[in-house]
Amino acid sequence: MTTWDNAQRLRESRKRAGAPYAQGKRVAKKDATALLEAVIRPGDRVCLEGDNQKQADLLATALAAVNREKIHDLHMVQSGVVLPEHLDLFELGIARRLDYAYSGPQSQRIAKLLFGGKIELGAVHTYLELFARYYVDLTPQVALIVAVSADREGNLYTGPNTEDTPAIVEATAFKDGIVIAQVNEIVDKVPRVDIPGDWVDFVIESDKPFYVEPLFTRDPGAITETQILTAMLAIKGIYAPYGVQRLNHGIGFNTAAIELLLPTYGERLGLKGKVASHWALNPHPTLIPAIESGWVKQVHSFGSEVGMDDYIRARPDVFFTGPDGSLRSNRAFSQVAGLYACDMFIGSTLQIDLQGNSSTVTADRVAGFGGAPNMGSDARGRRHPSQPWLQAGKEADPDSPAALRRGRKLVVQIGETFGDKNVPLFVENLDALKLATKLKLDLAPVMVYGDDVTHIVTEEGIANLLLCRNNDEREHAIRGVAGYTDVGRGRDRKLVQQLRERGVIRRPEDLGIDPLDADRRLLAARSIKDLVRWSGDLYAPPSKFRNW
Amino acid sequence: METLNYRHKAPQRAKGSKRQVIVGVVASGNLEVLAERVLPDSECEVDIRTAAEGFGEIWQAVVADFVERRSPGGLKFSINDGGARPDTVALRLAQAVSAIEGERT
Amino acid sequence: MIAVVSETSKDHDDASVSTSSWYEASARQRVEHLLDANSFNEFIGPEWRETSPHLPLFDLPEQFDDGMIVGYGRLGGKPVLVAAQEGRFMGGAFGEIHGAKLTGLLRAARDMASVPVLILFDTGGVRLQEANAGELAIAEIMRALIEARLVGVPVVGLVGGRAGCYGGGGLIAGCCSALAVSEQGRISVSGPEVIETNRGVEEFDSKDRALVWRTMGGKHRRLIGGAEVFADDTMASFRDAARYLIEHAPSMSLSTLESEQSRLAQRIERFGHCSDAVDIWRSLGAAEPENLPALHYREFAALANDLQEPRHDAR
Repeated sequence: MTTWDNAQRLRESRKRAGAPYAQGKRVAKKDATALLEAVIRPGDRVCLEGDNQKQADLLATALAAVNREKIHDLHMVQSGVVLPEHLDLFELGIARRLDYAYSGPQSQRIAKLLFGGKIELGAVHTYLELFARYYVDLTPQVALIVAVSADREGNLYTGPNTEDTPAIVEATAFKDGIVIAQVNEIVDKVPRVDIPGDWVDFVIESDKPFYVEPLFTRDPGAITETQILTAMLAIKGIYAPYGVQRLNHGIGFNTAAIELLLPTYGERLGLKGKVASHWALNPHPTLIPAIESGWVKQVHSFGSEVGMDDYIRARPDVFFTGPDGSLRSNRAFSQVAGLYACDMFIGSTLQIDLQGNSSTVTADRVAGFGGAPNMGSDARGRRHPSQPWLQAGKEADPDSPAALRRGRKLVVQIGETFGDKNVPLFVENLDALKLATKLKLDLAPVMVYGDDVTHIVTEEGIANLLLCRNNDEREHAIRGVAGYTDVGRGRDRKLVQQLRERGVIRRPEDLGIDPLDADRRLLAARSIKDLVRWSGDLYAPPSKFRNW
Repeated sequence: METLNYRHKAPQRAKGSKRQVIVGVVASGNLEVLAERVLPDSECEVDIRTAAEGFGEIWQAVVADFVERRSPGGLKFSINDGGARPDTVALRLAQAVSAIEGERT
Repeated sequence: MIAVVSETSKDHDDASVSTSSWYEASARQRVEHLLDANSFNEFIGPEWRETSPHLPLFDLPEQFDDGMIVGYGRLGGKPVLVAAQEGRFMGGAFGEIHGAKLTGLLRAARDMASVPVLILFDTGGVRLQEANAGELAIAEIMRALIEARLVGVPVVGLVGGRAGCYGGGGLIAGCCSALAVSEQGRISVSGPEVIETNRGVEEFDSKDRALVWRTMGGKHRRLIGGAEVFADDTMASFRDAARYLIEHAPSMSLSTLESEQSRLAQRIERFGHCSDAVDIWRSLGAAEPENLPALHYREFAALANDLQEPRHDAR
């Protein structure tokens, strides 16, 4: 006879196995590993919460300490492979298979483990794809999550760093999985309920706050004149003519420079109110001067940023905040917002090839994707019009009837022609291809595909790929802004000149920009201290960014 | 360290009357350019000592473009380079000409 | 009272220049904006190409001025001698040529016996690649500095650059008639990394920048009397500080040294038991010592004047 409630019964047996370690839902920190050994079964799909920002670090340590005779062959389905413990799991044989999205700081070690066969790789995803698969074929049986506080019923307050938690818990709790949360403290009443208590099975109080990486903090002191030049080009050559109001910025000094030029250079160009008003963006400290100068109407965030909490709390008109006053972030929703509701993504990358494909992979690192490919891609399902979207669509396809023409999201890659240690940004072939061959991957890890890229900005100028009519033009538009790299020096000068006459390539002088004007004094803030002042002393930067 | 030297004909004399200027500092990824008005008006010279070896072709291209754009006749440029990228080199050279021509200080 | 509230400098037309950051500026920009406009004349300028004889042996790039700019100019119409270190070249470190230029300047000051000297420190200490020559230079500079002071020349140090004022630079600063420091400025002999390496991370975590600044930074140095003037991080404020300190520099004599010695003895007696700068600030009478690092320039300058009058007789 068919039974239809096997998963429910399994869930009940897991809960019973964990019950001896719990008082109500509460489990002591010292029993964390024992609880995991009781609840988790060999071969389980486990989500260990962590992304490019917050980390369930206590639970990561507890899981890495389980007896591998009892727990082994786990299938980890998680956003971030970031902490050393995340990879210890594979070295120790506790976990075997991995599906993930991002591995910034562990990119080198993960490549080694992949190459050594210690990790059986499912796929490297974008955040949004991985969340999607939580609801189709990668539903976690156990989710190990992280929050700021819990009450006795298990209601969770995630604080400003809500991030991935709702997406993970929804998938796990409603498909008969077990949800275990680490919290900084247990309180009588949580400031607001981010996750309802009846979706949470066990709560462990940590002895120290969970770790959050200040990934989106860029010190204005480190912004170079060339980065300022690229920012001036982007503002005058893209933001202004398309009238981009809804957008996302990547992490990087070029886009930080744009944020800091809005109240100075942007103001001078008369763009206030016309561009950069609605954002899908983490609370970048470098956005403070633009917010304070009245440029920014609204910001929805994937996560929070260390030190920004008091500032956000004091600017509820700009940010999404809860009844408790603090930020409510949500990675899944903000990714969707970036994909469907933004007209532009602009970010930097490590390598761009002649087709415009870009990648942050180098030969011995697998950094993963995070969210950039969702931001940096055209949403084919989009149906609502907007001026920049329509204009970009028209530039790409001037001959189709307007009513049947798709618009295009502006996907802009920005950077200097040479990166650190004189490594060229432009290459004939991406290192990602070598990596794919070495690891026998079906797909090379391409961050943004060339057919999604609309513009490339370097100190040499802007290449508008929408206006290219064939592959040869496209290649030369890219070579034309590739400066003194091998790719740049391989250009046909005549062809590049023709492209320039058609406005496919625009040099600084074509836009009326003198590179000598690219001065650090143009930045609205030139130091972290300046950002603190702009914020009215509400921004409290982490110690590593201070010089006072 | 690598030493490179390029001499070019320059169609026009650099404007102004300042005898010399120095811009930039020698640091990782940065360079100093000392510009001196010591050559005949139709010539210019760029003398480079660089910590990054093997980039001769790029220097040659950067210098040739610079001379074409700015025509710094009469100037000798002496460079100490801490491994700057071509964009920084081009910027400092342009700053040096601009400063000796008296547009900016 | 210390008159360091910045006015827009009369000698520079461009207000943005006088409010521009000292910390961000190069050594040449500092000299240019510190002195009266167009008054600076450099000795042994870059065109002389007096570069380090040691760096080529290590296959390292040279700088035409070896990271030390010396010369004379005017400040408020009166002549001054100036030396400025470029903190971005080799961390502003002292080598043979770098040091010799400062020694020469101080000896000239001694011989003239009437023109004050400004030293714009920005240094991590002695250059490793020319350590012996650098250490000798430090000794020669200290001797020359003291000799200049003994004939009545005020020698004023200004500290507010990226590299701080460490190692031999810290020793030389200790010999000056008076010092001005900004919040960003740091003055010490052993640097944070050196302390951590020798004594362990438990003793001093060099990556904890808040700790570094509250132990060696400008505010702390001002409060414990290590620097006479607290300057804002602007060209104009350092200019005002320099003018004030030249006017008020104490003379140098045996009794100066004796009173300095007794001041330092008192400091140990008073604060020797403190384990953190915050304890010292509390003992000094600061109402909310934890908040001192967050105070803005004017608030802090006023508070520091209340808490700790500068001791001109010492030094």
